[in-house]
Amino acid sequence: MAEFLQFAFSGLTVGAIYALVALGFALIYNASHVINFAQGEFVTIGGMATVALMTGGGLPLLLAIPAAVMITALVGLALEKFAVEPAIGRPGGASVVTIIIITIGASIFIRGVVQVTLGKDFHRLPAFSGEAPIDILGARLQPQSLWVLGVTLLVVAALWWFFGRTRFGKAMLATSHNRLAAQLVGIDTRLVLLASFGLSAALGGLAGILTAPITLTKYDIGIMLGLKGFAAAILGGLGSGPGAIVGGIALGLAEALAAGYISSAYKDAVAFIIILVVLFVRPSGLLGGRSTERV
Amino acid sequence: MRRLLDARTGGLLALALIIALLPLILPNKFYYDVAIKTALNALVCVGLNLLIGYAGQISLGHAGFFALGGYASAVLTARYQWNGFAAMAVGMAGVGLLAFIVARPILRLRGHYLAMATLGLGIIIAIVLNREIPITGGPDGMTVPALRLGEWRLIGTTTWYWISGGVLLIAVWLALNLIDSGVGRALRALHGSEVAAETVGIDTTRYKVLIFVISAVFASLAGSLFAHAERFITPTEAGFMRSIEFVTMVVLGGMASTYGAVVGAAILTVLPQLLTKLHDYEHLAFGAVLILVMIFMPKGLVPTLQNRLRHLVGGQPR
Repeated sequence: MAEFLQFAFSGLTVGAIYALVALGFALIYNASHVINFAQGEFVTIGGMATVALMTGGGLPLLLAIPAAVMITALVGLALEKFAVEPAIGRPGGASVVTIIIITIGASIFIRGVVQVTLGKDFHRLPAFSGEAPIDILGARLQPQSLWVLGVTLLVVAALWWFFGRTRFGKAMLATSHNRLAAQLVGIDTRLVLLASFGLSAALGGLAGILTAPITLTKYDIGIMLGLKGFAAAILGGLGSGPGAIVGGIALGLAEALAAGYISSAYKDAVAFIIILVVLFVRPSGLLGGRSTERV
Repeated sequence: MRRLLDARTGGLLALALIIALLPLILPNKFYYDVAIKTALNALVCVGLNLLIGYAGQISLGHAGFFALGGYASAVLTARYQWNGFAAMAVGMAGVGLLAFIVARPILRLRGHYLAMATLGLGIIIAIVLNREIPITGGPDGMTVPALRLGEWRLIGTTTWYWISGGVLLIAVWLALNLIDSGVGRALRALHGSEVAAETVGIDTTRYKVLIFVISAVFASLAGSLFAHAERFITPTEAGFMRSIEFVTMVVLGGMASTYGAVVGAAILTVLPQLLTKLHDYEHLAFGAVLILVMIFMPKGLVPTLQNRLRHLVGGQPR
């Protein structure tokens, strides 16, 4: 039991991170039908910027975190403004493949910038509130895991309020359902697109900061995290918010349990094996509705 | 002049000429090696271009097929003393079968699902190659025996230059023929409007699967040739970034343009060699080039330049 709990704790922690990344994918996908392959790089920026602000800038953790989230959000806005919008805004628009290549180019570019400015080494953030593990039924829970889970819950609640209760949140939701109709009722869909990049970058940045004390951070950690976040988003049903959260947690748990009970060598493969199986049997994802396409 | 701008006659001739004359200006082995890598990357891209440019599907896992072909050759010849050509054929058949099994259920779907499935498949292949150390040698890679044709050992960069150049030329010819056949017309209809294609009786799923399998087999062949040419292979060949490289080559050169795929492969194989001079700034520059080309030439280099050239020659721009 203690062993199982131990695996479940680590699975939930990792799963929460995947969920945040997957939410970022869903947000941008809903606003534009773009899959943003630079999503993982937001995670990198969040963690690395916090480290840089603390060691280089001498900021305390409490100030460095919001500053790093802001920086990541700004990078997200810049990505939309200078790389995605020029392509989409052209007469005739841009094909899906073009946009995918642009975001991949952006991810390589961001990795390059981080590597040049902050180096290739692993960096570590101090845990937010000490490292003395808490004993629960014989399993050891890191206090940082509680931070990860707690903040993720807060973020989900905040997003729920934002999309359900605020005017701009509803405008974003409307745009995701029908872009043209949203435009017709006076919603500035370009602003919605811009905001979705900023918001999803902030989510990714936050995920990077939360996980940095546990997994360390480096200029290229975003590749795998981004891909697994994408897998989580598809698992839950692309574009579905609750789906992204369920998909992330499910992947995290499956990965931790498989690593614990079966083989840790194939830990990184678990997410992708699951996604292949799901695509075979239930292609619209766990919570995704059946989609039909307009002709 | 028009005729020379035509894909079949002029293009094939030009490509053959370039391959034949290039050795005159290649100064040493290093450049031959870059040329071999260019030709083999181009071989993958000619196949992948059929999938991306004509079937309108994206694969983010073709490096997996490339590496599977390479490791089929490496493992079967090194560990089981198979004949190199038999190993190559088995690799191609195996990869084709794998592609068929994966594609059949998934290509019924639209949008990003094939991207996700191929991405997952490629990563799983890379992880397996890294972990099964007794068979594959793990992350350190493994040495590959020379390819033998009877008593003749095919070694050396000049030999492999002609082999990879020749195979590329045949592959381009095959691809051009395929595009101009009924299959190609069906694919173009499918890319234009899948629903319209279906209503006129085209089994769109069947064609998409066919093209996916063909492109995977091309990649497998390229991988086998690569393993024998370099006499060494590592799991990085299966990596996600390598898959991205292939897709980027196709898109940069120009989707739905077979020569575009070749040009894209040439540029993106040579460019990193030049960018190594930038040391740490290499990735930064590479990413920036990708973004800029996609923003300013979304159709890719070759179609964009072709249009300009046609315009100059006096035809109507498309």
